Amino acid sequence: MNEFSSLREMSAGLDRGDFSSVELTQAHLDRIQQANAALNCFITINADSALAAAAQADDQRARGSKSPTLGLPFAHKDIFCTQGVLTTAGSKMLSNFVAPYDATVVSNMAAAGMVSVGKTNMDEFAMGSSNENSFFGPVSNPWDHERVPGGSSGGSAAAVAAGLVAGATGTDTGGSIRQPAALCGITGLKPTYGRVSRYGMIAFASSLDQAGPMTRDAEDAALMFSVMAGFDPKDSTSAERRDAWLDATIANGIAALDRPLTIGLPSEYFSDNSNLSYIDIAKTELQRLGHKLVEVSLPHTQAAVPVYYVLASAEASTNLSRYDGVRFGHRCNDPQSLQDLYERSREEGFGEEVKRRILTGTYTLSVGYFDAYYLKAQKIRRLISEDFQQAFTKVDVLLAPTSPTPAFKKNQLTDDHVAMYQQDLYTVPTSLAGLPAISLPCGFCDGLPMGMQLIAPAFGEELLLQLAAQYQGQTDWHLRRPGDSA
Amino acid sequence: MNWEAVIGLEIHVQLATKSKIFSGASTAYGASPNAQACNIDLGLPGVLPVLNEKAVEMAVRFGLAIGAQINRYSIFDRKNYFYADLPKGYQISQFETPVVGEGTITITPENGKPRRVGITRAHLEEDAGKSVHDLYPGMTAVDLNRTGTPLLEIVSEPDMRTAQEASAYFRQIHTLVRYIGICDGNLAEGSMRCDANVSVRPTGQSEFGERTEIKNINSFRFVEQAIEYEVARQIDVLESGGRIERETRLYDPDKDETRSMRSKELSNDYRYFPDPDLLPLSISEELIERIRSDLPELPDARQERYTSTLGLTDSDATAISNDIDRANYFDACLAAGADPKQSANWMMGELSAYLNKHDVTLSETPIAPELLAQLIARIDDDTLSSKTAKTLFDALWTAGASGNVDALIESLNLAQLSDDGALTQIIDDLIAANPKQFDELRGGKDKMLGFFVGQVMKATQGKANPQQVNQIIRDKL
Repeated sequence: MNEFSSLREMSAGLDRGDFSSVELTQAHLDRIQQANAALNCFITINADSALAAAAQADDQRARGSKSPTLGLPFAHKDIFCTQGVLTTAGSKMLSNFVAPYDATVVSNMAAAGMVSVGKTNMDEFAMGSSNENSFFGPVSNPWDHERVPGGSSGGSAAAVAAGLVAGATGTDTGGSIRQPAALCGITGLKPTYGRVSRYGMIAFASSLDQAGPMTRDAEDAALMFSVMAGFDPKDSTSAERRDAWLDATIANGIAALDRPLTIGLPSEYFSDNSNLSYIDIAKTELQRLGHKLVEVSLPHTQAAVPVYYVLASAEASTNLSRYDGVRFGHRCNDPQSLQDLYERSREEGFGEEVKRRILTGTYTLSVGYFDAYYLKAQKIRRLISEDFQQAFTKVDVLLAPTSPTPAFKKNQLTDDHVAMYQQDLYTVPTSLAGLPAISLPCGFCDGLPMGMQLIAPAFGEELLLQLAAQYQGQTDWHLRRPGDSA
Repeated sequence: MNWEAVIGLEIHVQLATKSKIFSGASTAYGASPNAQACNIDLGLPGVLPVLNEKAVEMAVRFGLAIGAQINRYSIFDRKNYFYADLPKGYQISQFETPVVGEGTITITPENGKPRRVGITRAHLEEDAGKSVHDLYPGMTAVDLNRTGTPLLEIVSEPDMRTAQEASAYFRQIHTLVRYIGICDGNLAEGSMRCDANVSVRPTGQSEFGERTEIKNINSFRFVEQAIEYEVARQIDVLESGGRIERETRLYDPDKDETRSMRSKELSNDYRYFPDPDLLPLSISEELIERIRSDLPELPDARQERYTSTLGLTDSDATAISNDIDRANYFDACLAAGADPKQSANWMMGELSAYLNKHDVTLSETPIAPELLAQLIARIDDDTLSSKTAKTLFDALWTAGASGNVDALIESLNLAQLSDDGALTQIIDDLIAANPKQFDELRGGKDKMLGFFVGQVMKATQGKANPQQVNQIIRDKL
């Protein structure tokens, strides 16, 4: 076993008795201790509770439990409420917030015997594409410490890429799992909206937020996803289904893909990019695996980024109203009145990007602007969904780049908000349509990892994972490590 | 100039669910501050609302009771504003699509004729918490126990023209919501509160005048007083050449006046939009039919049945039908075989007096309707006289649930003496003992009949059947 062993490999090692979960967890904690200072992936490291959970897992294994996930270390994005643990969402506003309850994702992972070693860094309230909007400082990309890991799940992506953990949870509102996965050279799955419970996941934009796994390969993504997913009566938008293949996947891994697929290439995603040679290689590899590639059109793609920023900001502006300094979180010193308490607590507690989106969202929901912005954006959102439905009458999955650029330098885009928002160009349409998509490493640009995105119809995660696993069985992009010569 | 008032009410009815509208916390009244505010009520990061279906069923129940359209598809919106007792910074309500559409209700103002009042809509929403300003000097205390309590906001048409009509409407809604079991109707605990929209216009003018809204009135009397004050105030302003400002006012019952709270210029833009945490509310035809079949007979229908079919007076029928407990008690008496008019007389007479005297409600009465029905049956079969029936009633009240009508008649020796032979014997003895008086009676002095009946009553300790005694004496003549 080494720091780049997969969850499945560790699971086999635990099963054989090569090492205990306590030893495995301690090895993770040591590695984090050694590497985190340079990367800043973690906001909180929970050594004591992790070792206690690991000891409990060892105990259960000794008593005959065979669960493949029992005793596997991983990390949670610091957006999931974790009982008794600091839960910050990357914000000064919650820099003192110890959650009094567990998110459903947290309790699902714990019930499967998985061991959380800590909480990973992120853009404040998941708003950002570079992890530079964190109150706890930026995260470095393990491939080049001068560069960003992407965002908002930048801490999770960097931790997995650097071998601090084999898997971490992420959340994706407009690309926050997929874009950092691509920029860090790992695998990230954004599930269908409603597949994973949002209960206890600090809300950014409720109609878009979705949690998913970030791992080094599709097999581990499938394992973590199967544990995270499931109907939750505490989340009214959670889908009332538990597909049989999820449990089969935990037990036996991803079922082999048994047929050639028709893969659609949306022309709008390939029109404006100079460095797409890595995608051309991926296309060739997919064809060699027997799949058919056809061009399709998603005509409303251009509108997706503005529509996304109108809707996500509108929802965020009211989701973040509860941070008022009254009951929890940051509170200004010596408030003079209720108004003063609100104004200074929020002024001091929120970072600039969060304030920008609250203001944008407040504006688009205001009387006189609601129809022109919010309602119109909702209508276009429907058209974007219909584009995908139309395309899926002809193809099984879609293939597209995950991000327009490789990892960029820190501070490079911080003053150019529009350029920063364009990072989401290829990821927001699927978010708006609520569809599942997986990003997996497929090549390099200037020595930096690049990702491709596979998109499926709603609840088609199995097909995505099967295709990704097949691809990763024939290629080694996902096995490249920072420090290797590219 | 003659003026006419135009009044519409928005009534907030607290629904009698066990748990809150979007969380599992209890709605019971009177817990220590913040003891009934769970993570969801506190608006903690990450929590989500889940709709309480019982609240929806109660809203539908109300809609069916006022003959309203039930919207098969409705949406929960966020109403955004900041306040210390509003934990999320928004209230979940229904803005564009309420669950209940247009309906009507009939009101009967005191000294007025019954009339119909239109109901524009009724929608579900969550209550806010409570800010307490006078508990700690210089500070405001916040109690979030009430946060998330389900409310049905019932909005009337501007159909009322007097403060008395507005008060009658408020009472009628109060009667109805208790009737259909969706609210405990406890005004003192805030279970019903209302806002009154008031304007005035010259009599005969069809356009409405500018209106003001009086907030948070919590008694029938205050509704009437607040509107009366406000109508007079508006007329004063207009007659002295002034203009009515659209504004929110508060009624101060101590001073009996309304005061300006905030003007429209300062009013919030609530930025309503559909709450993305909740799916649109979809109500099936089956649910509507199930609730319809489960509705009790409503006050109007009972009133009609009591007067036309059973022949009660209007005032008895109204008094009984307007209160679900009374109406159910009355119907239970009938079901036990009692005569309707006698049941009404006993309920409105003796029973009502005893309830008042002992300060208990009808639901706590020791005399079950079946017992009252048996008592009435013993009057009908001449076992009891009206006098001994009252004695029995008193005994039943004391005996409570263990009371047995026939056993008490026996043990208290209350049965009327209706034995012809025995009565004839007594009368014969009396005639023999009072020949002079009997001669006078025979001579046509009818007053003497009373003398003989009185003597018989005396001899029988009041138990002789008076009609029978009369008859026997007349036969002797």
